[in-house]
Amino acid sequence: METLLAVWEAIPETWQNLLWIIVKILAIAVPIMLAVAYLTLAERKVIGYIQVRIGPNRVGPRGLLQPIADGLKLALKEIIIPTRANRFLFLMAPLLALAPALAAWAVVPFDDGMVLADISAGLLYVLALTSLSVYGIIIAGWASNSKYAFLGAMRSAAQMVAYEIAMGFALVGVLMAAGSLNLGEIVRAQEGSLLHWFWLPLLPLFFVYFISGVAETNRAPFDVAEGESEIVAGFHVEYSGMSFALFFLAEYANMILISALTAVMFLGGWLSPFQGIPGLEDLFAWVPGIVWLLLKMSVFLFLFLWFRATFPRYRYDQIMRLGWKVFIPITIVWLLVIGVAIMAHLGPWFD
Amino acid sequence: MVFEFPNFVPALAEIFVLTMACVVLIVDLFLTERNRVITYLLSQATLLGAAVLTVSLHNNSTELTFSGGFIRDGMGDVLKVFIYLVVAVVFLYSREYLVVRKLFKGEFFVLGLFAVLGMMVMVSGHSLLTIYLGLELLSLSLYAMVAMHRDSMPASEAAMKYFILGAIASGMLLYGMSLIYGATGSLDIGVIADTLRMSPGDDMVLLLGLTFIIVALAFKLGAVPFHMWIPDVYHGAPTPVTLFIGSAPKIAAFAMVMRLLVDGLGPLHVQWQDMLVILAALSIVAGSVIAIAQRNLKRMLAYSTIAHVGFLLLGILAGTENGYAGAMFYVLVYALMTLGAFGMILMLSRAGFEADEIEDFKGLNERSPWFAFVMLILMFSMAGVPPFVGFYAKLAVLQAVIDAGLVWLAVLAVLSAVIGAFYYLRIVKYMYFDKPGDESALQSNFDMRATISANGLLILGLGIYPSGLMALCVTVLR
Amino acid sequence: MSIEPVLFYIFSAVLVFAAVMVIAVRNPVFAALFLVLAFFNSAALWLLLEAEFLALVLVLVYVGAVMVLFLFVVMMLDINLTPLREGFIKYMPVGLVVAVIMLLEIAVVVGPENFGLDQVAPPPRHGADYNNTAELGSVLYTVYAYPFEIAAVILLVAIVAAISLTLRRRPQTKYQNPAEQVLVRREDRVRLVKMEAEKAGSAEGAEGD
Repeated sequence: METLLAVWEAIPETWQNLLWIIVKILAIAVPIMLAVAYLTLAERKVIGYIQVRIGPNRVGPRGLLQPIADGLKLALKEIIIPTRANRFLFLMAPLLALAPALAAWAVVPFDDGMVLADISAGLLYVLALTSLSVYGIIIAGWASNSKYAFLGAMRSAAQMVAYEIAMGFALVGVLMAAGSLNLGEIVRAQEGSLLHWFWLPLLPLFFVYFISGVAETNRAPFDVAEGESEIVAGFHVEYSGMSFALFFLAEYANMILISALTAVMFLGGWLSPFQGIPGLEDLFAWVPGIVWLLLKMSVFLFLFLWFRATFPRYRYDQIMRLGWKVFIPITIVWLLVIGVAIMAHLGPWFD
Repeated sequence: MVFEFPNFVPALAEIFVLTMACVVLIVDLFLTERNRVITYLLSQATLLGAAVLTVSLHNNSTELTFSGGFIRDGMGDVLKVFIYLVVAVVFLYSREYLVVRKLFKGEFFVLGLFAVLGMMVMVSGHSLLTIYLGLELLSLSLYAMVAMHRDSMPASEAAMKYFILGAIASGMLLYGMSLIYGATGSLDIGVIADTLRMSPGDDMVLLLGLTFIIVALAFKLGAVPFHMWIPDVYHGAPTPVTLFIGSAPKIAAFAMVMRLLVDGLGPLHVQWQDMLVILAALSIVAGSVIAIAQRNLKRMLAYSTIAHVGFLLLGILAGTENGYAGAMFYVLVYALMTLGAFGMILMLSRAGFEADEIEDFKGLNERSPWFAFVMLILMFSMAGVPPFVGFYAKLAVLQAVIDAGLVWLAVLAVLSAVIGAFYYLRIVKYMYFDKPGDESALQSNFDMRATISANGLLILGLGIYPSGLMALCVTVLR
Repeated sequence: MSIEPVLFYIFSAVLVFAAVMVIAVRNPVFAALFLVLAFFNSAALWLLLEAEFLALVLVLVYVGAVMVLFLFVVMMLDINLTPLREGFIKYMPVGLVVAVIMLLEIAVVVGPENFGLDQVAPPPRHGADYNNTAELGSVLYTVYAYPFEIAAVILLVAIVAAISLTLRRRPQTKYQNPAEQVLVRREDRVRLVKMEAEKAGSAEGAEGD
């Protein structure tokens, strides 16, 4: 221990900072990767039970080692590059899909002050990064030199742009209500009780944001970019092995990210749901905030799986109609409502 | 930071036009094809209302509002009223043509109103930022109007050329403005002028910025050697749009030149005078000579526009109050003459027949002596034959140039005007001494006939009594 | 010696490289992707200038939306570049001369002589609590409210123009009207008719076996 400390002291200060940041990044990224792995298992189990099946139960106790087996299988498979595909972009695309999904976590607060980068424009940062995830998909579709992949990419590009606008407007509502772009401040602005959380004053935006989030992650019922029953697997039809696994990781990491953001912005992040209720508040005071956040995230993740098991896939023109003609007008109207509410100091949120 | 509420009163006309443009846009959605005329009437009402507002707010003092981005002064008011008038007449002339060609859509009027708003912003711009934004608002509306006839290849080509060259010019303007901003540290026209008056004027940064701004202005005005887009756009665009582009925006462009060069960069007059001399001389000569070779009337009028722009620049480059007044007089008169000339093309056109070849005016005298006479007035006035008003316009700017000591330029301009007179008079010859190609009587509705007659008579009347308008120009520029 | 100048030079070098590649590469998709790279690096430069709002909005708007649509179009178009490049060699000498002259002029003017630290003092450093977004907002909606509104009108005109140039109503197209579908009532679709049973005996016969 002594020697370790001595080694640490010997490193110049700028490098110390850098190392410390890298450690923090790993502390976020590794659990996310694990969570992704087990989310795939959860998905198969949940959908299995919804469809009155059992789901995977062969590898390990109750199938718990299934994700590890899947990962090993994918890692050992060959990466096939199609003829006349653009080699560089073809291999670059999965990385471009995964990187924004992980980078956005830098500003997500897990507890009061427990955040990698406490920057003032956190919300904008999140919005900017989530808008980048589409590049991985478009480039994959184009570089594959395949018609199905290209169709998937085109669909995805149009869909993402449409829903990003609604999503952005929903976030504008949040920032108006909180008066800050910093995600920690946004959570602190919701302090008080369950009814102080922004889901209530921003109810339409809450729904719009979450549904747009489902669309942004290309999950069912908005998964026309994959559309396995019509264009086989869409943009990643030509991918195999690890490069395919990266797309998979990116999709699930995005789901977790959207869940976390929804929880932070509309359900009070790390705040306890029993705040402000006499008795219960003290009873649960010992629970750390991160547990509440994880619980809230789980609810949304379950919703993702539930949607997939329940809804049939939207037709393409219906997706466009919903995005442009329903969500965007709703958000704009609600922004007006929030503006009036703020000007009128409507309690208990804006007083 | 305490927010001071700006004074909205000087900008009431702008606010009214914006509101009404949005109203027209929405009302038009709910109209059936048969009731489309309501859009037209509402647009005319908007222009009328704006004119009432502008006139009632007019006085000869200068008011600044919106943190110095907006100026209301005598010159602005007069130019705005003329813009309303010209655009109202454009709408009136265009109606029949658009209906016949199934182009009578709400967008034409909505975009037209937004273009009017852009021109008003330009006329009232008192900061580099607002002038640029006004120009963009105007240009964007015009690009869309040129492209509106989607099934016509020439129109699409014209729109493309207009858009690309317009975008380049905007880029130049922005770059020049950024350099001026870098050198003076302000976007406000008044502050820029004050800073320049303090410091010596041969700063390299300022000169490069000035050059870029002048190139951009020359692009927008269509002065040689930046004129290439004008003939193609005038020729390719549907005639009502050509009429629109050729008339009111020139008034706004004059205002922009006045605000940027005279009000803002006035202390650099020595530097920009030389550049304008070259532009003016080239424009007058090239416009007058190349127009002779044209068989198409719209193309010919395009080259005539280039020559007229040269004359307009003559007044400005003189750098005296009389010169500015002369240029203002010139641009107003030019707008009225262009209205009449393109109005005649619109009146002669009918379904499937554009009437934009010079040949189409053959023997107009036999078909309709009165309108042949109106066209004669317009052509004589454009050529600068006394006693029509075009003569006085040319006289005013030439006088200013001579006062400024540039006699050679005045001589060159007069010689070119004489050459230019040839092609205007050729049309008169066609109308009076040639046999008509088709004998059919003119078909057009009453308001068109009445307005175009009034337009011609106005040119004649102003030619006989030019002093009223001239005095107005001199007063508001003092 | 701080790390900032190093970062500045790295980002600037990549920016210039990407900008040159935008016009130099043959494949339009690569050109668009290099433009994305250029946007990224200018965003990074803005971050170095403490303008995080502009940096993030540049990424959000240009990279996240505009360039996606641009790529969308470029990928769909099958442009044959050969005819476009026919005149290239012919006009290149003139173009090069003009470009070099312009470059020299700009280099002379926008150099350290006119915009160096002696002429323009460096802006003061801001503390950690400085919020670029709030600062920008407070002038944008007060001092620059008028230009801001005009910009909004320009966007409105762009929408009107784009729709009027592209919207074609085709009468033979079949549309669904979801509102109508939702509002449909049972009576519109199903009509229950009371009928006499046809034969009394047949029902008994069926029950019998």
